[in-house]
Amino acid sequence: MPLNMIVCCKQVLDPEAPPASFKIDPAANKVIPPPGVPPVISPFDEQAVEAALRIKDQQGGKITILSLGNNLLRDVVKKPLSMGADELILLEDAAFEGGDSWSIAYALATAIKKIGEYDLIFCGRQAADWDAGQVGSGIAEILGIPSVTVAKKVEIADGKAKVERVITDGYQVIEVTLPALITVSNELGEARYATLKGIMAAAKKQPTVWKPADIGLEPAQVGATGRRTKLLKLFQPVKEGKCEIVAADTPAEAGTKLAARLREVKII
Amino acid sequence: MAEYKGVMVYGEIVEDRLSSITTELLGCGRRLADELKEELLCILVGDKLGEAPKKAIAFGADKVYTAEDPMLKEYQTDSYVAVMEKAVKDISPRIILFGQTSVGRDLTPRLAFRLGTSSSMDCIELSIDPGTKGLQQTKPVYGGNARATFTSETFPQIATVRQKAMSPLSPDESKKGEIASIKVEIDPSKIRTKVLDTVKEEVVGVKLEDAQVIVTGGRGIGGPDGFKQLEELAKVLKGALGASRPPCDNKWVPDTMQVGLTGKIVTPELYIAVGVSGASQHLAGCSGAKNIVAINKDPEANIFKEARFGVVGDWKQVLPAFTEKVKELVAG
Repeated sequence: MPLNMIVCCKQVLDPEAPPASFKIDPAANKVIPPPGVPPVISPFDEQAVEAALRIKDQQGGKITILSLGNNLLRDVVKKPLSMGADELILLEDAAFEGGDSWSIAYALATAIKKIGEYDLIFCGRQAADWDAGQVGSGIAEILGIPSVTVAKKVEIADGKAKVERVITDGYQVIEVTLPALITVSNELGEARYATLKGIMAAAKKQPTVWKPADIGLEPAQVGATGRRTKLLKLFQPVKEGKCEIVAADTPAEAGTKLAARLREVKII
Repeated sequence: MAEYKGVMVYGEIVEDRLSSITTELLGCGRRLADELKEELLCILVGDKLGEAPKKAIAFGADKVYTAEDPMLKEYQTDSYVAVMEKAVKDISPRIILFGQTSVGRDLTPRLAFRLGTSSSMDCIELSIDPGTKGLQQTKPVYGGNARATFTSETFPQIATVRQKAMSPLSPDESKKGEIASIKVEIDPSKIRTKVLDTVKEEVVGVKLEDAQVIVTGGRGIGGPDGFKQLEELAKVLKGALGASRPPCDNKWVPDTMQVGLTGKIVTPELYIAVGVSGASQHLAGCSGAKNIVAINKDPEANIFKEARFGVVGDWKQVLPAFTEKVKELVAG
């Protein structure tokens, strides 16, 4: 049975950028994008795309990517298309900026209602910027559909999804009725690379762009004005960074010396 | 409008006992409740609660609500959200605290959205604004590179708390408190999930969360074989073996060994990081360790910013000599 799938993908600052390049503008309570490091699709969201693609590989279907933001870089947000997704819808407008989990989930759920037909919705378990992990559950709640979070494997059988959900000391196998929303964790495994054919196909595809009015929302209901949490302060914790480097003529000697030093300070 | 009053802790029971995060939440909740001059409430949901309600009182709760029903044997989103929705509407607490656990991660946002309020996930600091009495919620963001403090104007104010970020009180078995049972009404037709199986992938030996010593390998270990050498060191120190994300994602070691933002949060006395670069998301899981020791060939590796002692060098040459010397010292 071919499935209609929607994957929510967020454009974020590259979380793999060197920690030393991470800077905050304290007056604006915002992160200063590191120069020369382009944004990426949040890694868990890429794995959510991968989860959808594996189902598409098995039984066919259509994958629609939904991204929300402003001034989204086409090369970035088109990446899921080059991996094999079919369509891209952008909720793109200045009004969408500065949202919290509440306003983002509300806008995405409203857009999903407009898309109409879906069997499965995928999100990453959390976004690499705010690390909240609420939007997936929020969308499911607004749509009134079941959700399974932190999945490492998703299969479809007999019109239901069978999901392996990561828990502290292992995993649970959970069966869920469709339509359902599933959030994907890194245990799913690495997302596939874009293929040359995929990149060429993606280049030809134009995203559909929706403004708040296109999904029936007022600008005041989305982004910063639609928030339910208030950001009081964004700051970097102070790190002392006083590491005593144990050096010696050879690496082996350094190893021996390290053990002796640890005994000296009674750590071992 | 209903009056929102009291600080409520959502308690979890693991192997018939109040989980450690629950005692931590009660410790933190007690402080917040005292500042507000309000009661500390605890809610326990499950099929057999046993002695847990009494323990919750000993750990600081004034009043414990129990929702006990055979249908609540396993956590399922639909049933637990329904039970909590009704309880929260009836009790109307000002603040609700959950643990950032498998259950808390799933239950909290869905409940918050159902109640039309917001929540902050994975908080490490909570305080009451003396003026507004609002809950100030501080959590790591950007993979641990930064912290953000949030507040909310909708009630109840909900937060999940990172494990080991708060301290429990010493239990006082003589402390008096009230236990009230909540009537559970679950419509089985509204539960859209079914737990087919629960698979435990427990690592043999010391549990990471309980270990006093942890030896962790990162991407630099290069494959599953290297972890055998790390295991030897862990054994000598009676510690546990951990990993950063790349070895887990590459299937060199089981996922349950992952320490970090999306893995386990650990607070050992000694944390030996070998071939670990020190990505912020990994440090999020181990920065509570008392002493971090790093072995890495890259002198610029971020792990050296967190470490107290370090060796710059190829672990393949450093580690055997280090392990030998440790063996000698521990035996002697």
